[in-house]
Amino acid sequence: MTLKPDDEVSIVACPDGPLLVRGDVPILTPDGEPLPRRRRTVALCRCGKSTIKPYCDGTHKTIGFRTEPELPA
Amino acid sequence: MTSSTIDDTGVVTQRPAPLPTPRGPASAAVVAVLRERSPEGDPAGLMAKAIGQADDLLRDDDVQLAAFCLYELHYGGFRGVPDTLEWDADLLTARAIFEGAFEAELRRRAPRVDRPAPRAEDVAHALFRLTEADDGPSLSQYVARKATQEQLREFLIQRSLYTLKEADPHSWGIPRLTGRAKAALVEIQSDEYGAGRPHRMHSAIFARTMRAAGLDPSYGAYLDQVGASLYASLNTMSLFGLNRRLRGALVGHLAAFEMTSAVPNRFYGNGFRRLGFDEEATWYFDEHVEADAVHEQIAARDLAGGFVEAEPNLLGDVLFGASACLYADGLAGADLLQAFTESRSSLYRPA
Ligand code: FES
Ligand SMILES: [Fe+2]
Ligand SMILES: [Fe+2]
Repeated sequence: MTLKPDDEVSIVACPDGPLLVRGDVPILTPDGEPLPRRRRTVALCRCGKSTIKPYCDGTHKTIGFRTEPELPA
Repeated sequence: MTSSTIDDTGVVTQRPAPLPTPRGPASAAVVAVLRERSPEGDPAGLMAKAIGQADDLLRDDDVQLAAFCLYELHYGGFRGVPDTLEWDADLLTARAIFEGAFEAELRRRAPRVDRPAPRAEDVAHALFRLTEADDGPSLSQYVARKATQEQLREFLIQRSLYTLKEADPHSWGIPRLTGRAKAALVEIQSDEYGAGRPHRMHSAIFARTMRAAGLDPSYGAYLDQVGASLYASLNTMSLFGLNRRLRGALVGHLAAFEMTSAVPNRFYGNGFRRLGFDEEATWYFDEHVEADAVHEQIAARDLAGGFVEAEPNLLGDVLFGASACLYADGLAGADLLQAFTESRSSLYRPA
């Protein structure tokens, strides 16, 4: 991890899983309404099958979701 | 007699547990020391003897209850029992005898896991593979589809042993880790403890579920009804948590625990909804669907992976801890499921 001390927001692209969002970034509906944010660090679904979208509910594991290798930084 | 209070805002305050009823000579000796401070008792000797006679250490009611009592002295203690007994030499000797046998048994029975390279991403990958392969008979699917109202009640009673002090056993690990793994553990535990809002502590949310089901959410209210294998699963966490040398196993245990939680909790919530429980009652399960989908990523990569990069010589213990978690929790779940499918009570009844 190469998080710089002044990084306010980071997104970890978890292999075969969600996007892990740390830091204070608004998550909004298309109308600009804030979505419920119940914890500081959240996981955004990227397999498309979560039952609590936009958040991940672990379903990616039961459907064998695979991500391409992430591009090197 | 209730020994917890839940205030209007949902903040739960617990009192120490009542002493349980002994289930055999070892637990009787431990409880006697706690109750009467009887110096002539021999908890260590009787623990050793009970262990020697146990057919199945993880299902031995006497031994597992005795060990639970010894561990509980390090958590909230028991009502009317002096705090100083936490460091009583005879009781610590009994605990050491239990731990020697229990750890050996867990190491013998928990399936071995292939070692990945000691790099965070490889460790995370190995743990995801291990936990995804864990597809024993599913208690959560039974709860979702078939469990009766009475079975849900029993499910909550059995769960309450751990859940009313949810996250506490793994908190012992905080001062024993450093760097990335420590930050990860605290990040997870902060969520478990409500991130500064006591009414959102997972233990407090679970108390609401118990109340909604007409149960007493006081810590320890059901000690006499919880079965041996459930005590064994909790004792596994305490063993790992209270021994610094087993910090690797503690890390692996928490990782496996978090990685097998989000999906089952969705099923548990569905079971309670099916039987008409409202959002207040299912909050605990719904919270874990979302929270543990986060926690499992942190636990696999930053906690377990970060830990192995810092202490690569403990990789084997991380894998052992993860495997022991799946094994011990699997055994407790299987005992519960078997009782349910045979339409008999899963609760402990004296022989
Ligand atoms: S990425 Fe986890 S459920 Fe979609
Ligand atoms: Fe939790
Ligand atoms: Fe969790």
